[in-house]
Amino acid sequence: MAALNIKKGSTSHSAYELRDPNSQVAESHTLAVLVDNEAGVLARVIGLFSGRGYNIDSLTVAEVDHLGHRSRITVVTRGTPAVIEQIKAQLGRIVPVHEVHDLTVEGRAVERELALFKVVATGEKRIESLRLAEIFRANVVDSTLESFVFEITGTPEKIDAFADLMRPLGLADVARTGVAALSRGV
Amino acid sequence: MSQSMTGAAMVVKALKDHGVEVVFGYPGGAVLPIYDEIFQQNEIIHVLVRHEQGAVHAAEGYARSTGKPGVVIVTSGPGATNAVTGLTDALLDSIPLVVLSGQVPTFMIGTDGFQEADTVGITRPCTKHNWLVKDTDQLAETIHRGFHVATSGRPGPVLIDIPKDVQFATGTYVGPKTVRVESYQPKVKGDIAAITRLAELIETAERPVFYTGGGVINSGPGASQLLRELVDATGFPITSTLMGLGAYPASGKNWLGMLGMHGLYEANLAMHGCDLMINLGARFDDRITGRLADFSPRSTKVHVDIDASSINKVIRVDLPILGDVGHVLEDLLKVWKSRGRRLNKPGLAKWWGQIEGWKAKKCLDYKNSSSVIKPQYALERLEALTKSRDRYICTEVGQHQMWAAQYMGFEAPNRWMTSGGLGTMGYGLPASIGVQMAHPEALVINVAGDASFLMNMQEMGTAVQFRLPVKQFILNNERLGMVRQWQQLLHGERYSQSWSEALPDFVKLAEAFGAKGIRCSDPAKLDAAIAEMLAYDGPVIFDCMVEKHENCFPMIPSGKAHNEMLMGDAATEGAIQAGGAVLV
Repeated sequence: MAALNIKKGSTSHSAYELRDPNSQVAESHTLAVLVDNEAGVLARVIGLFSGRGYNIDSLTVAEVDHLGHRSRITVVTRGTPAVIEQIKAQLGRIVPVHEVHDLTVEGRAVERELALFKVVATGEKRIESLRLAEIFRANVVDSTLESFVFEITGTPEKIDAFADLMRPLGLADVARTGVAALSRGV
Repeated sequence: MSQSMTGAAMVVKALKDHGVEVVFGYPGGAVLPIYDEIFQQNEIIHVLVRHEQGAVHAAEGYARSTGKPGVVIVTSGPGATNAVTGLTDALLDSIPLVVLSGQVPTFMIGTDGFQEADTVGITRPCTKHNWLVKDTDQLAETIHRGFHVATSGRPGPVLIDIPKDVQFATGTYVGPKTVRVESYQPKVKGDIAAITRLAELIETAERPVFYTGGGVINSGPGASQLLRELVDATGFPITSTLMGLGAYPASGKNWLGMLGMHGLYEANLAMHGCDLMINLGARFDDRITGRLADFSPRSTKVHVDIDASSINKVIRVDLPILGDVGHVLEDLLKVWKSRGRRLNKPGLAKWWGQIEGWKAKKCLDYKNSSSVIKPQYALERLEALTKSRDRYICTEVGQHQMWAAQYMGFEAPNRWMTSGGLGTMGYGLPASIGVQMAHPEALVINVAGDASFLMNMQEMGTAVQFRLPVKQFILNNERLGMVRQWQQLLHGERYSQSWSEALPDFVKLAEAFGAKGIRCSDPAKLDAAIAEMLAYDGPVIFDCMVEKHENCFPMIPSGKAHNEMLMGDAATEGAIQAGGAVLV
């Protein structure tokens, strides 16, 4: 069985001041962007990333304040410290953007992702997938005699690890939501 | 005060409430209700252009020469797509524009209707912000927001897309005072601790230089006034980008001339050798910096900018100050004065000695001729014969643009209209129309090249229709001069597609439009021909036949540093290495 290969997560960085602004090493950062939920606002944010050549590793968006029509966009992106600073400044000047938070430098954040895994297997492999699902606290949300659909929540690294384990057991399909994140404490 | 009216009436009412006097536009099916309202009033003058790109550039010229936003009305589909180049130009040069486009009715959006285009989608990356208005009750507020966003912070173009049914429907008009954009609050005051730190740096600097840009012009005439006060009080040398010319007068004793790829030797070497660089409203554009690794290697860099995304974008600076240049200069002067106006005078005297040595190189010298008009000579004469006038200069893009920046002097802000960031050929003629609309009594000259002029020459019709006496001064070398120069320097003199085989007769072209045409090819007759152009009360196309293969120098080749300039008499063979050829 493959060992749990948990990559260095975006929350495990040192404090902002300790980072070398001239570093050429790309880092993963989780940004929370609070926007007015107006037409085209997501296109503006995505267009900024594609137009200026920035990476998007993960993106989630939903309205979080129905009365105030505010949406929260969580973007996991990758770049050198200079590029990350530039991304934040560029996001900040989009007119309907209210706030940009770099959760990676603002202190450790809670990051969660939800995923659905369809595993098609019989016999020993089927039993093994169920056993592993239990260890990962994944729920069975659909079941036939040849398949399961597991629902799992956790950090992207945990979900990656679960996917690695399910692959040899008959992993047929995956749906992931992308990262939702909040800063810890007040 | 709220009133009930149609969307089309709201458009005109809102423009009046914002003090708009002139709009540039072109009618079409999706804006007919707005044009019907324009027809029934006399306060706003509508300038009918010949192509929507011309409307946007004209509005840019109007905006740049007045400090007020330029307003454009275009129809849906091709009307809007034709405006895209102008919007991108205005975005890169931070020009405030409000563009109103028609759209197919809301119930037809998405059906590929006649003259339907996804205008907000197409213009999203080339506007500061844009809106599609689906409800007449939202229209007035959206237009007011548009004016606010276009003119505040770092200015830029906005577009408001108005479906035809929204123009016909009746809604409630609200006045401009009720509108606030909560998520958009640009910071104008700089951090006072950072400003104090800058004052300290000024006190001790041995080899300082001011590097100013279009942000000083955009900040308003007050910023230029404060800049002059600060430069004169400190005695520091000052250079400027193409976009910032005129903020400090060309006749000022501390003026080094423009910097950058075709900037002056003394300006570029001062940037390279300085120990304190004070960037006011410029953005370290690649035409300015040359090779980044060797850009001003020993200086402490200070950057004042209203746009946080301009700071540390290409050059990492030591002291960023986020704020409006005018406000920061005001605070800086106060702080520096209250600390006793200290300066490092011995250091400065030595620095100026070094700069005088660079000036003695006379980098703008060129070999004149008695048989053919040198483009540099043509502009020197144009400068000499017009500099005492109430004068505005526009340009197209290319060699003539760089020569105009080098050989003409700008004494005041808002007098120089050029396409800097985007480098849009075809900008100058429509821009001159916009400037002349704003300043009917002034002398407005567009310094053009033969190729650029042809890109929007249809706007001569606009100039004639509106009796705008704009002077089109074409430096005609029958070449795409800058392209030809690069092919000579970088591509083994293989002049691929860079000459104009079938140019029109510009004198006859002028006459065909109902304007005056003048041609001159003899240096001895140039002054008289320019005098004839100036004396004529109406639009003129001046066909100035110049040396065909003149190169624009000095030049920092692509991929080189500021201290590796090519001068006019330098051997150019092999001056640019293969690495430079991939750059633009």
